[in-house]
Order: sequence, then structure tokens, then C-alpha cells
Amino acid sequence: MFQSPPNVAKTIQITFEEKTYQVAPAQTVAAALMGEGHLMLRKSLVSGETRAAFCMMGICFDCLLEIDGQPNQQSCMIQVREGMNIQRQLKKGECA
Amino acid sequence: MSLPQYDYVIIGAGPAGMAAAVEARQHGLNVLVLDEQPAVGGQIYRNIEDLEEQRPDEFQKLGADYQEAFELAQRFRASGAEYRPGRSIWQIDPDLTLYHIGQDGGPSETCHAQRILIATGAMERPMPFPGWTLPGVLACTAADVLYKSSGLLPRGEIVLLGSGPLLLLIACRLLDAGVKIAAYLDTNPHLAPFQALPYLPKALRGHEYLRKGIAMLWQMFTSGAKVHLGVTGLEADGEGHLQKVRFQQGSAPWKELPADLLLLHHGVVPNIQITRQLGCEHTWYEKQRYWEPVLDQWGNTSIENVAVAGDSGRVCGSANSVLTGRLAALETARALGKIDLAQQTALAAPLLKKQDQELAIRPFLDTLFPPRHPWLVPKNEETLVCRCEEVRVREIRDAVRLGALSPDRVKPMVRCGMGPCQARMCGLTVSEIIADERQVSPADVGYFRVRSPIKPVTLGQLTGVE
Repeated sequence: MFQSPPNVAKTIQITFEEKTYQVAPAQTVAAALMGEGHLMLRKSLVSGETRAAFCMMGICFDCLLEIDGQPNQQSCMIQVREGMNIQRQLKKGECA
Repeated sequence: MSLPQYDYVIIGAGPAGMAAAVEARQHGLNVLVLDEQPAVGGQIYRNIEDLEEQRPDEFQKLGADYQEAFELAQRFRASGAEYRPGRSIWQIDPDLTLYHIGQDGGPSETCHAQRILIATGAMERPMPFPGWTLPGVLACTAADVLYKSSGLLPRGEIVLLGSGPLLLLIACRLLDAGVKIAAYLDTNPHLAPFQALPYLPKALRGHEYLRKGIAMLWQMFTSGAKVHLGVTGLEADGEGHLQKVRFQQGSAPWKELPADLLLLHHGVVPNIQITRQLGCEHTWYEKQRYWEPVLDQWGNTSIENVAVAGDSGRVCGSANSVLTGRLAALETARALGKIDLAQQTALAAPLLKKQDQELAIRPFLDTLFPPRHPWLVPKNEETLVCRCEEVRVREIRDAVRLGALSPDRVKPMVRCGMGPCQARMCGLTVSEIIADERQVSPADVGYFRVRSPIKPVTLGQLTGVE
């Protein structure tokens, strides 16, 4: 539901859910994933409903992802890095 | 134990924080600026350096205030203030020891300040309705952030809902970028323009803002988007993600629209997490229905050596943020003996004059766009209020009926405010619902007690804290 700009140099490779993507540098993980068409980022801890980034400024904590083995990372606050490995958090009650 | 010592620690590198740092450095203070975001500019001037450098055409379109903000960012970079991006404060002690962590998961660090400036800006006012947790429903500023930081533009059926100048501004920015907006649902009460009328003469002193506002309204109404006024109810629906919205105007039958993205805005409110954790005195601002720290003209809070600048005080926009940042820095320069009272007064005089001009439009705007009741307290009792712990309106009302008369009493009964966002997303609504149930003002109900850690910290990050 978001369109990436044309003519942008996608120089960083990240892995999301075992698939690799080339994305532009100097952007956050949540933004990079939305640019690749991934809106849904996790499931809620209580009911298991699908969730996505809501505020994009570190307030809502709805964009939590597992990044390089670290769970509950605010993906709207963390810049993409080469070789980053990102996983969704899909289990109920999965919170450190 | 020797902690890094600073004269002045500024939290936030938006317009207020940058301006304060530049002013403080001019008076020879030793300054540290901690900011949560990866780059300077705050939310309003997000990614401004990169935009100017990498996307000059889009930067030009953003207007003259972005040019000014870019120059401020350059002065900040050259000021000699130590700048640490990507650092989140999780605790400040009464002796002004600060604890902060990085987004990289590294260990927590500690430093000590003679004086602190909190310039953490504002956040979108959360206004819950059924379906607001569905993927595809975002704060309108989230779309703005995605555009400024990554050049992402919304596509598909786009619906905007809410009221206020920022919603219009972001809508027009999207239109300028070639985005087609399907519908614009305006929630402002019909009577508000009449109630704001008495403030218009004063507001005319800020006529540049009024002119901009009228131009934006014209652009929105002629853009081809369906504009629906006086919207009083909303529901978002879809399987796993947003597919449609239903809305109501007054008592008219509900209408349905297809939707891929729903962008919301009900004004912004001060981010008071740090001033609350520190225990600063706060007061209820009835016109815009939010809590704000009690400040004097220099931004001093009720706690000695702690001040606030910019929209984390009262929401007055970026130009005022710059002025309040500079005023607060002058106060610090005087308090730490770098200038005397006469110098402070002389340096502040032109800033206060400009501020008077800058604030002329605020009473008009704050009355023209009042947060209104059906949105503040969701009518549908099954609406999720606390997104983290999934607590509904009904559960909060039930807790109040059982005798929990304040947010801190309701919290242990239903868990609202106990998730990772620590009540940032539900706090105001919880106060409003309790007030509504008790038929009193939120001013009488109070707010959650905000405790450390105000950002989640892992045990791993805590090891090594002295």
C-alpha cells in the first residue's frame, strides 16, 4: 500500500522471513519493509490479531520485530544495515 | 565513580533542541544533545539534511521554513555541541543523572547534567475507534515520515480522517506529490468556526498562517477527493488488513467506502513521558484537552534546573519551538554564570517580541479545532483503548464502577498502560473515560504515574550501569 520512489539506489541487502531484499540505505527497517509491500509486521500478544506500524516515531510499539536474533526491536527507530536478518513475531505472548 | 559531566543536556534534536544547543554554545556551555531518531530535525523536519542533499527537488517543494530549518541544522552541526543520535532516555534521577540506551542494543550509558532541557516534541493524539489496530490504519504523520525519510507514497484507495491544520498540510503534500486521495472525512464540529470567531482579529496578526490555511483548504476541496464534513463515527474493517471504512455524519445512516490506507489525525499533544517520570508539575489544558508541564516564560518546570522547550510544553509549532529553545538556553547561560540578568533580558527581548507575534494565531486555532467528545471517549464499548494489552472501553468503565477512580487504580485491574508503550497510546483516553464515567473533568481524574524505565530496557543493557 506504499510505493517506493523510482530511481533510488538500493544498495543494502536485508533478509526478512528468509527472503532477501535490496533496499535503499538511510531508512528504517519498518519503512524499508513497507516499501517492499510488507504492511503486517507482527501479531498481537493477547488476541493474535495482525498488527503493523502505526506511528512511525517510536511511540506505539506496534512495529516490534526480531532483528538479528534480538526480539521486540522498534523497527521504526532502527536503520537498515547490510546483512540484517529480520523475523516477524507471530506467537501469542511472545514478549521479553 | 566518575560520570561524564555536562553543563547542559538537551533531549531532542528537533527545532527546539537544535536552537537551544546553538544558543548555549554561543555562551560557552558544555552541551550534550541526545536524540532518539537517527538524524536531526525532529518529526517536523525529519531527515532534513538528507532531503536537501539527496532529493533537492522535493526539498524545494517543502517550502521556505524547511530552508530555514536546514540552516539551523547546519548551525547546530557547527556549534560544537556533542550530538548523540539514536539514544533513548529511560530514566532521569532527581540529581540530574541521565540513563540512556542505544537502538543498537548496546549497554546503557549514564551522564550527569547541571541543567536539563526537555525538547521531546509532540505526538499524535490517539483517538480509538473500532478497527484502529488493523494494518493499513496509520497516524497521518506516519505517512509524512515515510515520505520524508524514504520517499514512500501511499497508493490504492486512500482515506484521510480527522481535523486540524496538520492533516490538511500532509494531505496537500501528498496531493503535490501526485497521490490521489479518495476521501477526506472531516471530524470538526460545525459550530467550531463560530466559537473561534472572537479570536480571529488577534489571529490576523499571524495572517501568513491564515493565508496558507485557506490555500490548503482550496487545494483539498478542488482535488477531486470526496470531502465529507461533520463526521462523528468511524469503523475500520478487513480480513487481516484494512479493506473498508464505515463512517457516520451526525445521526445519518452509516456509509461505507473501500479503503487500503486510512490516515488519522486529531491534532498533536505534548510528549510528557520524561517530565512525568521526573515528577514535574503538570496541568490540564482544557481547550485542547491534554496535560502540559507547568512552565514559566523561560521554560523552567517546577523542578529546579529542569526546563522544557518546544511542543513538549504546549503545542505551538516549530517557529515557536526555536524561540522557546533559545529562551531556555539563555536562562541556563545565566543560571550557570555565563551571562548576567541584564544581558539575559536584553538578549531575550527580541525573542519574546517575535514569540508574541508567533503565538497570535494559537487561541484561534486551538478553538477552531477542538478535540470532540465522540472521538475522545469511544461510544462503542468494545473499542480497544490500550493497544498493547488490548483493553476495551467497557473494561475501563467496569473498573471505575467497582471503585477505581483514577488511572493508577484502573491499571492493575485491567492492565491498561502496562504494555511496552507504557500508556503513551492510551493514557489520555483512559483519563477521559474515567472522567466521563465519573462525570467530572480529566483534571480531577489525573494521569498515570509514569515510572522508570520509560523505555523498555533489557537486563543485558543494564549490566554495566554504575
